[in-house]
Amino acid sequence: MSDSSRSAWKDFVPGLAVFVIFLFVPSFLPRFHVYLLGLIFTTGLLAVSLNLVLGLGGMYQFHHAVFYGIGAYTVALVITKTALSPWIGFLLAPLVSALLSLAIGLICVRLSKLYFGMLQISLGSLVWAVVFRWYSFTGGDDGIHGISVPDIISSTSGAYYFSLVLTGLCLVVMQRIVNSPFGRSFQAVRDNPVRSEAVGINVKRVQLTGMVISGAFAGIAGSMFVVIEGSVFPELMFWTLSLEIIIMCLLGGWFTFLGPMLGAAIIVLLRTFVGIYTEYWTIILGIVLMLLILFLPQGVLGYFLEKFDRGGMKPVREEK
Amino acid sequence: MMLQVESLRKSFDGFAAVSDAQLGVKKGEVVAVIGPNGAGKTTLFNLITGQLKADGGRIIFKGQNLAGMSPYEICRRGISRSFQVVNIFSRLTVFENVRVAVMSYNKSTFNLFSKAKDTAVSETENILKSVGLSGKAGRISGSLSHGDQKVLEMAVALGNRPELLILDEPTAGMSPEETRNALELMKLLSRDRGITILFCEHDMELVFSIANRIMVMQHGRTIIQEAPDVVRNDSRVQEAYLGGSDEGICCDS
Repeated sequence: MSDSSRSAWKDFVPGLAVFVIFLFVPSFLPRFHVYLLGLIFTTGLLAVSLNLVLGLGGMYQFHHAVFYGIGAYTVALVITKTALSPWIGFLLAPLVSALLSLAIGLICVRLSKLYFGMLQISLGSLVWAVVFRWYSFTGGDDGIHGISVPDIISSTSGAYYFSLVLTGLCLVVMQRIVNSPFGRSFQAVRDNPVRSEAVGINVKRVQLTGMVISGAFAGIAGSMFVVIEGSVFPELMFWTLSLEIIIMCLLGGWFTFLGPMLGAAIIVLLRTFVGIYTEYWTIILGIVLMLLILFLPQGVLGYFLEKFDRGGMKPVREEK
Repeated sequence: MMLQVESLRKSFDGFAAVSDAQLGVKKGEVVAVIGPNGAGKTTLFNLITGQLKADGGRIIFKGQNLAGMSPYEICRRGISRSFQVVNIFSRLTVFENVRVAVMSYNKSTFNLFSKAKDTAVSETENILKSVGLSGKAGRISGSLSHGDQKVLEMAVALGNRPELLILDEPTAGMSPEETRNALELMKLLSRDRGITILFCEHDMELVFSIANRIMVMQHGRTIIQEAPDVVRNDSRVQEAYLGGSDEGICCDS
């Protein structure tokens, strides 16, 4: 075996092992926990997709939830409003999200940093407002409920496997993109856009491409949400959710590939279990965040990777 | 002429940084731009490579007007540059720094699915070897010494296989030994690779030892553009350096 294929195996095996363990989860965990895991995968995929532009590309993508929500609504609308196969909805979700990313991106990438983020919030909120008010088509603030997904993925474990497999596939593809020439160039653009442009890189186009890719994955996460919850509502694309996803990235470690996944798990679990005792669970979140900023500025996963010298900046660093 | 700059102008808030720059660079030449601080040398370079847009005048490169083009478009036409203040990807390794430029030149910037690890490796290694940074390939570039960072500046610019290499004070802040090495490197690039070099520099010893021609700027204007010997004895140049400014032409480093 050559060196490179051996190291490819080394990267691949732990992930595969984790995947196999997760395959058996429904046979020994209670249904509620299985459901919760599916939700964590969905939210985690969403957070990792945001981190493609936020961590890798250094772009202030402040309204990522819009692309998630649009993906979810695409599936919901295809199922409830058309006679098409539901699977068409799942194929369309990433496409529609990518198209919306392209449209919003074309307007936003002219600006940089905070201005980019602010313009994105306004455009995203515009999309939210349309969905929120268009009762006849989107169900307005009620959303759409009781969406019947295909039988094979309609049970709790069916939905779980659906989200597990899709998340696994998406992570593999995203990891590949992070380590591709594009991923490296995106990182270079993040670190120094002026120099990137001086070495012949079309910076705006790199940023736009990053946004479209990230939006597509958010759309896939949105379609997973429909399978798990069986409903969609405008909160899926409200700006507070966008903020929550950013917090997940920071919490888990936005310079790591899987950190946002961990951040998503922490937040979903906090909301679920602390939420049982108090509706003010966000107070706990606030305290956790303050502690984090003070003691683990590199995020939870970032901290542990650094501690064990596993190259804490994995998407940032490589070989040697 | 490979590069022809005609009556180039640029002002900032009414201050004319470049008011009438004239410059011609022939293929294969090494041309230096000198002048007292604030003469407009860096602004001139920024105009040529598109970081700034000119108010007027023309910049013709290989028969094409570069005015209005973005830096990346100008780079793709064969002009690479280094910066006066170190401007590298300081969180990436030395190797990755150069590779970003090589990938851009190879048009693999938008390649999503092959591995960056296996992309542009030998080209990058060759460049690092030619500038003497092979041993530091794995270092995070922000942790290098200033001299090494300046060399990396040049290496990154070489990643695009430029026909015209523009160096903005390539030896600023270098030790005497590093300066000697940089000079040797410039000679090598010019002689062995046939790269045309346009640079500005305060180290007059270096300028006169390598330049085929020297353009002198003062107050944003070109005052002369001639062979080193002619420039050395020109009264206007003496005036610019000795009269108009505290800096002498011979003792500035």
